Amino acid sequence: MSASYAHPEVLVNTEWVASHGKDAGVRVVEVDVDTKAYDEGHVPGAIAWAWNTQLCDTVIRDIAPKAAFEALLTQSGIGNDTTVVLYGDNNNWFAAWAFWQMKIYGHKDVRIMDGGRKKWLAEGRDLETAAVKPAAGKAPYRATDPDYSLRAFLPQVQQAHKAGSAVMIDVRSPQEFSGEILAPPGLPETCQRGGHIPGARSVPWGKACNDDGTFKPADELQRIYGAEGVVQSKPAIAYCRIGERSSHTWFVLKYLLGVDNVINYDGSWTEWGNLVGAPVEKGAAKSVGQA
Amino acid sequence: MKAENFSERIVEVDGWQVNLTTYQLGEKWHTKADNVSPGAALARIVADSREEAETRALARAKELLARTKRNPV
Repeated sequence: MSASYAHPEVLVNTEWVASHGKDAGVRVVEVDVDTKAYDEGHVPGAIAWAWNTQLCDTVIRDIAPKAAFEALLTQSGIGNDTTVVLYGDNNNWFAAWAFWQMKIYGHKDVRIMDGGRKKWLAEGRDLETAAVKPAAGKAPYRATDPDYSLRAFLPQVQQAHKAGSAVMIDVRSPQEFSGEILAPPGLPETCQRGGHIPGARSVPWGKACNDDGTFKPADELQRIYGAEGVVQSKPAIAYCRIGERSSHTWFVLKYLLGVDNVINYDGSWTEWGNLVGAPVEKGAAKSVGQA
Repeated sequence: MKAENFSERIVEVDGWQVNLTTYQLGEKWHTKADNVSPGAALARIVADSREEAETRALARAKELLARTKRNPV
């Protein structure tokens, strides 16, 4: 783990989790893209959250409503002062989505296990198969009002696009960015038009990770995002298809590189690519000078 | 229980790159196929041998990838 991350306290390594995952005041939570992964074996003592039922509003398209979020954390045995350690498959893709929501609702001590599920398995660490049923917290969890300074809504993105006031970072694959495909290969198409927000920079989310699933060192991350025009002095908006991959990039920029003014546009391409009359650009990414 | 014989490799299926992760849990072999760049899961298979798990995962991935339309840009 690099000491030069802006906020190294939000990362723990697998060794730390092996030693402290069952400590009083610590709750380890697995959040996977593939919600069946937990059942085949998980970090001892970890509970699981399902991104598609527990970390969203299941009626309207939105993040988990405040009351539902509070109930989830209370049932998970998490109090306001609990250290929550999130991890998951695909290099912590949905763990970052959960992290983003926990910060929206004001949880103070939330961390990500660097390398996620993949690293834990690859290291041959202990696994449990029985689902963990934590005792509910003694006091109900109290979330803060949502901090929407971390979240971009459509009008804000439209305004920023029109004014050129933010760096738009498209974190999808190059083929989704160009418009060659409308969804990740093998998944259902969820938009009417392919392409990207005009002027957006293409930085696929996985560029932030090493082969073992851990985050790249700060200087390397700085080179990757700096080359695409991400700087401290200009706001940045990250987007993908439904907002989960971009929460990973949001985490990297905000907590590892310390870019203060970065927000996650979770409406993302399923919103923009379905809007009547929204400007769309097609084609492969260009270098900053060509844009 | 621990994951054993963990391996990961990229294979090409009909022009798409697929990440194949396989490991053994107890007596069973687990294989997951996902597309490389977005990392979305295409198939998860549990079988009695590595070969069977990987063959079935790749077959399912191929089936899903065949549905992906490529549009002219």
